[in-house]
Amino acid sequence: MSEIVISTADLRKEFTVSTRVGLLRRARRTVPAVAGVDLTVARGEMLGYIGPNGAGKSTTLKMLTGVLTPSSGEVTVCGFRPVAQRTRLARQIGVVFGQRSQLWWDLPLAESFRLLRYIYRVPAADHAARLAECRRLLDLDAFLDTPVRQLSLGQRMRGEITAALLHSPEVLFLDEPTIGLDVVSKQAVRAFLADLGSRGDTTLVLTTHDLADIEKLCRRLVVIDHGRVVHDGTLPELHARYDSRRRVVVDLDTPWAGRTGVPGAVVEAVEADGHRVTFGLSGGTAGELVAALARDGALRDVAVLEPDIEDVVARLYAEPAGDDRVASR
Amino acid sequence: MGTAWALAGAGFRRYSTYRQATVAGAFTNTVFGFLRCYVILAVAATAGGMAAGYRGSQLVTYVWIGQGLLAVVQIWGWTDLADRIRTGDVQSDLLRPLHPVASYLATDLGRAGHAALTRFVVPTAVGALCFDMYAPHTLLSYPAFLASTLVAVVVSFGVRYLVNLTAFWLLDIRGVITLWQLGAGVLSGLYFPLAFLPGWAQGVLWLGTPFPAAFQAPIDILVERGSVGHRSLLLFDQLCWAALLIGACMLVQRRAERKLVVQGG
Repeated sequence: MSEIVISTADLRKEFTVSTRVGLLRRARRTVPAVAGVDLTVARGEMLGYIGPNGAGKSTTLKMLTGVLTPSSGEVTVCGFRPVAQRTRLARQIGVVFGQRSQLWWDLPLAESFRLLRYIYRVPAADHAARLAECRRLLDLDAFLDTPVRQLSLGQRMRGEITAALLHSPEVLFLDEPTIGLDVVSKQAVRAFLADLGSRGDTTLVLTTHDLADIEKLCRRLVVIDHGRVVHDGTLPELHARYDSRRRVVVDLDTPWAGRTGVPGAVVEAVEADGHRVTFGLSGGTAGELVAALARDGALRDVAVLEPDIEDVVARLYAEPAGDDRVASR
Repeated sequence: MGTAWALAGAGFRRYSTYRQATVAGAFTNTVFGFLRCYVILAVAATAGGMAAGYRGSQLVTYVWIGQGLLAVVQIWGWTDLADRIRTGDVQSDLLRPLHPVASYLATDLGRAGHAALTRFVVPTAVGALCFDMYAPHTLLSYPAFLASTLVAVVVSFGVRYLVNLTAFWLLDIRGVITLWQLGAGVLSGLYFPLAFLPGWAQGVLWLGTPFPAAFQAPIDILVERGSVGHRSLLLFDQLCWAALLIGACMLVQRRAERKLVVQGG
């Protein structure tokens, strides 16, 4: 296995919350935000880290980047203990927050980039080369001299990603990088990240609620809920686990008679007076189903739909929390 | 060192982008300079032209240099850090390979540099044109004033940073800021020279609080009040406060980071 850049063992974070129980009395209780996360990420991986609101994603990210002290457990990132060696770790990682900025609000974007060169002590030539590449790939030239406060969200996010990469970090953490972006900006950001990830030398950890980000970028998906990892594997593995079905939608010349003879093809919906039928495939192939329908001579049109990640994840999130759930790997 | 200069440069440029605010600030400082100057000269006149060891021209200089220094040491209002703590943006500061205290101090020195070239120059020049100001008799007083002003900025920064750090616990620090502003105005020598107070009160303020070290010390050094030894002691007092406060900032920063949560998801 290639080099491990992130490793956690039984990582936990508990917060103490105090609630009012009387006129003056307050009761304190402990709320687990992260309840024992074991995670191993190899160099060059593109990891999607998802979960519903309050699942513990951001808390994990804060512990991995060294801004939050874990209650217990082990965590190593790029060979450093994040909190104790935060400043040294900072040189090895880049962080992009969709909802906050690391740029200098009052200064032109170019000025932020210049400052970052000094802060990370990047040799001038390396800095210039990386900036030139980001300018080209993220189309920054039009607003390089604009103060950050005047940038649109899409422009600022492209600036944020550049700012996080100028010191060529080993690991790039992205916390909802496409939140609030329009379709074109989303596509630009995703294409850039896909290109970055395909080179294999930067590890990407992406938290997002936009599952299209995950589908486009991440081969590995870690789902966290109630502070625990409930799935760790590829997207197809997730579909297999939740019995996600491909669907075949057929349009028929004559109304649906009610049989295909193909085992595993289950009728999910009949519409348009029986002229449109949706089958779920839990066995058999789309080819077998289409062939069977064609034999009957009534087939006019056919569409094959891949399983929808949103459905699977919604089902995963809706599951009640329990101690019996374990990670799949 | 390059990093410190770059951050100071950023602090300088950040403030230079707000030209109208700079002009308005310099204008206000100048207007209040006239008010303070007339009041203090009236006080001195009733005391026979001399008050608490200051001659008339020294008092004029005390007022106008003070009006200029107000923005340089920024004795009032600074909530940048508290705002970032409240919104959670402080997370970005913690993710840089720099100590946040060093980074904020360098930026603040840049801000002070900008204020020195704009907000300090205007009231001082107007004061010199309209009144008879005291010029130091020894050349050494000029570099001593510069050094003392630099340390005063560090002292003021230290207190402001500590006040802002309370946001990690309080989130809303308006009460603390109001208390600090009230204290800073009265106890730093801004409203009146602290020499007007009884000896014991002066001792308590100089030794027990950082306020005079952030404001009155450089002015007393420039107007050459007291002996050279006395003025050296003022500078020493300032250096002690600067070291103490920066140490306290580092300590509280570490406690805040270890104990507390960065706001927001």
